[in-house]
Amino acid sequence: MSGTFSARDLSMRFGGIRAVEGVTFDVQKGEVFSIIGPNGAGKTTIFNMISRIYTPSGGSLHFEGQDITRIAPHRIAGLGIARTFQNIELFSHATLLQNLLIGRHCHSHVGILSQLAFLPSVRRAEIEHRRRAEEVIEFLGLQRYRDQLIANLPYGVRKVVELGRALCTEPKLLLLDEPSSGLNVEETEEMGFWIQDIQKDLGITIIMVEHDMKLVSAVSDRVLALNQGRILSTGTSAEVQSDPEVIRAYIGGAPEPAKEDAA
Amino acid sequence: MGKRAGMDDLVRLLQLAVNGTAAGCIYGLVALGFVLIYKATEMVNFAQGELMMLGAFFAYTFVGLWGLNYWLGFGLAIAATAAFGYALDAVVLRRVIGQPQFAVVMLTLGLAFIFRAVAGAVWGYDAVGFTTPFTNKTANFGGGVVLGQDNVSIIIGTVILCLVLYLFFSRTRLGIAMQASSQNQLAAYYMGIPVRTVFSLIWAISAGVAAVAAVLLVPVQMIDVNMGLIGIKAFAAAVLGGFGSIPGALVGGIIVGIVEQLAGYYLPAGSMELTSNIVLLAVLIVWPQGLFGQVIRKRV
Repeated sequence: MSGTFSARDLSMRFGGIRAVEGVTFDVQKGEVFSIIGPNGAGKTTIFNMISRIYTPSGGSLHFEGQDITRIAPHRIAGLGIARTFQNIELFSHATLLQNLLIGRHCHSHVGILSQLAFLPSVRRAEIEHRRRAEEVIEFLGLQRYRDQLIANLPYGVRKVVELGRALCTEPKLLLLDEPSSGLNVEETEEMGFWIQDIQKDLGITIIMVEHDMKLVSAVSDRVLALNQGRILSTGTSAEVQSDPEVIRAYIGGAPEPAKEDAA
Repeated sequence: MGKRAGMDDLVRLLQLAVNGTAAGCIYGLVALGFVLIYKATEMVNFAQGELMMLGAFFAYTFVGLWGLNYWLGFGLAIAATAAFGYALDAVVLRRVIGQPQFAVVMLTLGLAFIFRAVAGAVWGYDAVGFTTPFTNKTANFGGGVVLGQDNVSIIIGTVILCLVLYLFFSRTRLGIAMQASSQNQLAAYYMGIPVRTVFSLIWAISAGVAAVAAVLLVPVQMIDVNMGLIGIKAFAAAVLGGFGSIPGALVGGIIVGIVEQLAGYYLPAGSMELTSNIVLLAVLIVWPQGLFGQVIRKRV
């Protein structure tokens, strides 16, 4: 059960617009599951429902058998779900290390008075948090940026830092929102390697929304193609890409819907 | 003779500086309340001075009316005002997050009027006070330097409070969660931080700090429903410090306090009330972002 995720008959309406309609899928443990589709297909909407920014209009979400359809967003991390953002949401006036340590926040359970007094138990916990953060820094090769402010780091590095901060929460399920957006070709390729390492070395289940088909083909075990809020096709990357419905949605025929998904 | 006069001038200057610093600490603490709330929620709370006024009346109720021990009453006043601040956010202000800034301005200004009216109805419009351990006592520092314990207690109290707040924000998980929520709400949620509750707790801290300012102020000023107007000077102090900077709020407060005292002594009567705003204008002309403000440049 660990790390498994399922969506049942998920739907989302914004006023009269049906952004997502009757979407059902299951993600197995340790799998990289990608959601693709043209602009406005409903990818980000699904993502925001999984990470509980939006409450679905209908259907349900289950993580490790537990119903998470109506759980508060701040409780997601404690369950073992972490996410990154398309446009990078880091604590930009803090250092890289501080950002990773905040990722450890959900694993800390010491009382406020003992924290003020900096008791030995707090000290031990802090050392452990620091050790785990350093492991992540080493895993992603971020050593030389450790004490730099996020605001001073290049975009490509920040993208990796966000990945690192998500790993610091020790997730069982990682949600990646367009990991390649804003990256150049080499950086995108590198991002693909990180994703494969995370899957193989850490055994973390990954759900990813992505535009770059090269990256999708390189890392995905299964792909789900969406158009206008409905599932077009599910299968391996090659199967989905050769599906005539998918080709039609991408290359022409389907009218371009409203761009609610663009952000 | 000349030497004696020089000494007197120096002592007088020192006393003015201490009085100014004490007044400035109060401005600084109220300004700190503005800044904490603004940094976290981007709301400007124009009722911050009135929260201080309520804190003063709570303390008056506990110590002056019920006859509790000063320190116990001090603690209870902080707790009561903080609880009030928490409830104010949880019940009222949380609902206007994301609304245009002027909605927040009107709402908090309206709340300020309501607080004044309610305080007048409950505690009356006459100025009241109570005796503190520091009232009408002096501390002799030797060399002719005699300062009121009331002013010294304000300065020491402010230093202690700042130290506690510093430790809280840098050492504790909740303090760091508050910093994180201020910097990036969305990311904070996915670090497991209950952002809404954290914001209400920031309101509680701001209100609690206002209550500390109120109780520290009791030995030197009477309590009345209009004492919250000090918030206007505190607002000037916060802007002076770069609105959004915590050390800036305190430094801004102390600058306003000292300038006022010096102006009251050396300049014609009436100029005291003007100086804080003149200083504010002068600083903003030279450094538009305030003394400690972060320069935010937008790439276009």
